[in-house]
Amino acid sequence: MTDAPPLARKTWMAALAKASPVRLAALVPDLPVHTVLRQPEIGAVMVRGRVGATGAAFNLGEMTVTRASVRLVSGEVGHAWVQGRDKGHALRAAAVDALMQTDRASDLMSRVLQPLEAEAGAARAIRAAKAAGTKVDFFTMVRGEDE
Amino acid sequence: MYVAVKGGERAIDNAHQWLAEERRGDPSVPELTIPQIREQMRLAVNRVMAEGSLYDPDLAALAIKQARGDLIEAVFLIRAYRTTLPRLAASRPVDTGAMVIDRRISATFKDLPGGQVLGPTFDYTHRLLDFALMAEGGAPAPGAPTTGASPTAHVPHVTGFLNRDGLIEAASPDDTPPPDLTRQPMELPAGRALRLQALARADEGFVLSMAYSTQRGYGRTHAFVGELRIGRVAVEVDIPELGFAVGIGEIELTECETVNQFRGSKTEPPQFTRGYGLVPGQSERKAIAMSLVDRALRWQELGEDFTGAPAQDEEFVLMHCDNIQATGFLEHIKLPHYVDFQAELELVRKLRAEAQAMQEAAE
Repeated sequence: MTDAPPLARKTWMAALAKASPVRLAALVPDLPVHTVLRQPEIGAVMVRGRVGATGAAFNLGEMTVTRASVRLVSGEVGHAWVQGRDKGHALRAAAVDALMQTDRASDLMSRVLQPLEAEAGAARAIRAAKAAGTKVDFFTMVRGEDE
Repeated sequence: MYVAVKGGERAIDNAHQWLAEERRGDPSVPELTIPQIREQMRLAVNRVMAEGSLYDPDLAALAIKQARGDLIEAVFLIRAYRTTLPRLAASRPVDTGAMVIDRRISATFKDLPGGQVLGPTFDYTHRLLDFALMAEGGAPAPGAPTTGASPTAHVPHVTGFLNRDGLIEAASPDDTPPPDLTRQPMELPAGRALRLQALARADEGFVLSMAYSTQRGYGRTHAFVGELRIGRVAVEVDIPELGFAVGIGEIELTECETVNQFRGSKTEPPQFTRGYGLVPGQSERKAIAMSLVDRALRWQELGEDFTGAPAQDEEFVLMHCDNIQATGFLEHIKLPHYVDFQAELELVRKLRAEAQAMQEAAE
């Protein structure tokens, strides 16, 4: 098993988790041969915030999440924790996580992860541009009491 | 004598069948889909997620459909579903400083880094009914909003600037695992972390009224909205099998920080103090209200006087803010209480007979 640097793996796992299940399925239609180590399981994650944004942690509320783990025939183990309740999404994300540890990584990077990142970036940019359009430009009126 | 009775099964079945038919309404009108509710009734979905204390827009939309638009009933459905889910982990505290902003305004500083970003707001609308929305299929599609040239990448918190000068109380990081009212019954006095958890899932109407009462003088806190922001944050979880934290998704949050006038007390120097509100989804009324109530509840910690105001009374606020607890207890009195009432009836008859006998004896 080739150990991927955690930072890169962290990045692709997050990208797979945030991807729309439909889009991910379109990009990765066929899963590699694998053994399911952990059947997709739907559960909850308690989301925490901080008092005053920077202070003590507190429990804000839960979100749904699905996790799964798979092992490829070649031995690599893939994990996924994805928002929502889509078991197929979790299984597919885990399979891609495993494949990213094989020599297929660069192929998947260009065929799956880069498109996902580009689409997410484009969606973010559109929203940010709309927000920027609502930014207030203040101007000072001449009030006249100095006349 | 206690007589057990059984019955009503057929009536209940028929009632539920009729309920399903009424839920559907006029069959000549197209049925609502879950994506329609999720996309077009988004603020209702947000409220059900916040008060149901489970972030899942599809489930909240389903709950709204099933509950025929009764949002408290929908919250009830979500709370019930929530209890069936295994708790897989707790997230790292979300970083609202890194929020991707849709809206960010400050009522205390006009010119501030990142600017005043209005976002998709009802503010400054005229609150006139828009009959164009009623024209079925004939309503023109809204034009794409005008975009701005320079999106702001980093939008720092307003309290950060005040903090530099020591003009406002600090909020220092503390990663002690917070208490969780879904795991242990709430005990009073509750710390601030537990109060915020309770308020985040509290009924919006209740929190609004409590906050309003402080503005009208019942526990006044002299609050300014230092900052209100709405946007998306990443949620990260430490994955035990990997040994590092991974982003598992993104959620929309509304955060409000109030800056409150504070003259100082026996224990604290004169400086601004803070109230905090954080609510899942776009829900600024609730976030502002939450921050006012949070601040009012801090009177003891800041050495202020207890004026007897409801919003200062932790027991009053925390024990009455949950609409599921409240509606459960309130609505249970409509269920059969035949035996209880029979006992009351016997008692009243007995007392009346005694009173009558005494009156007759006196005459």
